[in-house]
Amino acid sequence: MTKVSIHVTLKEGVLDPQGKAIENSLNTLGYDGVHDVRVGKLIEMFIDHDDVEAQVKVMCDKLLANPVIENFTYEIEEGVAQ
Amino acid sequence: MKFAVIVFPGSNCDRDMYHAAKDALGAEAELVWYQDAALEGYDAILIPGGFSYGDYLRCGAIASTSDIVTSLRREAEKGTPILGVCNGFQILLESGLLPGALIRNENLKFICHFEELVVNNNETLFTTDYEKNDVISIPVAHGEGNYYCDDETLNELIEHNQIVFTYKNNPNGSVRDIAGIVNKEGNVLGMMPHPERAAEMLLGSDDGLKMFTSMLKNWRDQYATNA
Repeated sequence: MTKVSIHVTLKEGVLDPQGKAIENSLNTLGYDGVHDVRVGKLIEMFIDHDDVEAQVKVMCDKLLANPVIENFTYEIEEGVAQ
Repeated sequence: MKFAVIVFPGSNCDRDMYHAAKDALGAEAELVWYQDAALEGYDAILIPGGFSYGDYLRCGAIASTSDIVTSLRREAEKGTPILGVCNGFQILLESGLLPGALIRNENLKFICHFEELVVNNNETLFTTDYEKNDVISIPVAHGEGNYYCDDETLNELIEHNQIVFTYKNNPNGSVRDIAGIVNKEGNVLGMMPHPERAAEMLLGSDDGLKMFTSMLKNWRDQYATNA
């Protein structure tokens, strides 16, 4: 079984108001050194396919990430028990 | 003239859109469930606002993978007028029928009030009944209406006069105050504000009705030319 973890993050320069709100809260809690907080998504899945990597790339381009505002990275772990 | 109003699971402005086309304008209109993926035979297609698929993943992303969007692409290529409002605009962007993306409002709030829009381009088939630079009052109701695109896309939008509506007082952080854009071909328009909610004075404004009368007039002109 192949486990895939896909990280979707906002591109640099794209405003992240949610990250900004979290940053303000952390600063309020006293974590003064925290800055440039960005919020992304983690999408996990199991795939049964011969070429998992090729499939993951296409899935990200087609649906999981929006190329206008987001970047994606992924990790593939072979032989993971579900 | 016959309008189709596409209904996705989670659409909630479909009946308002239907009412605007059918009663406020007086044209024919039909609600089309997204699984009945046939869009042939309509003179214009309206994609209403709402929260298709609960805004899962990204607003409009799941709807953009449905079969009816394949039919929508075909109609767009044929030149059929397509108007997407709010979630309808998000679906058009996610489908790649319009450039750019919509992200969370700058102030993170869901905003719901009348906004003043400037008609930046009155030469589209959706806006000929307005004068250029007309200021119209149309309600907005969204949490993710902050239009974003890169500089290259923005320059193209400006160069081809694709920015149709801008906000007078930008409520959401949109690039260049953009409220609505049209494709290069001029037959696909997406906008965050809701013209169908301002289609008769009973609703507080009928400034949105001219979008529908423009579409009707342009359809008639085209019909007369082809006849």
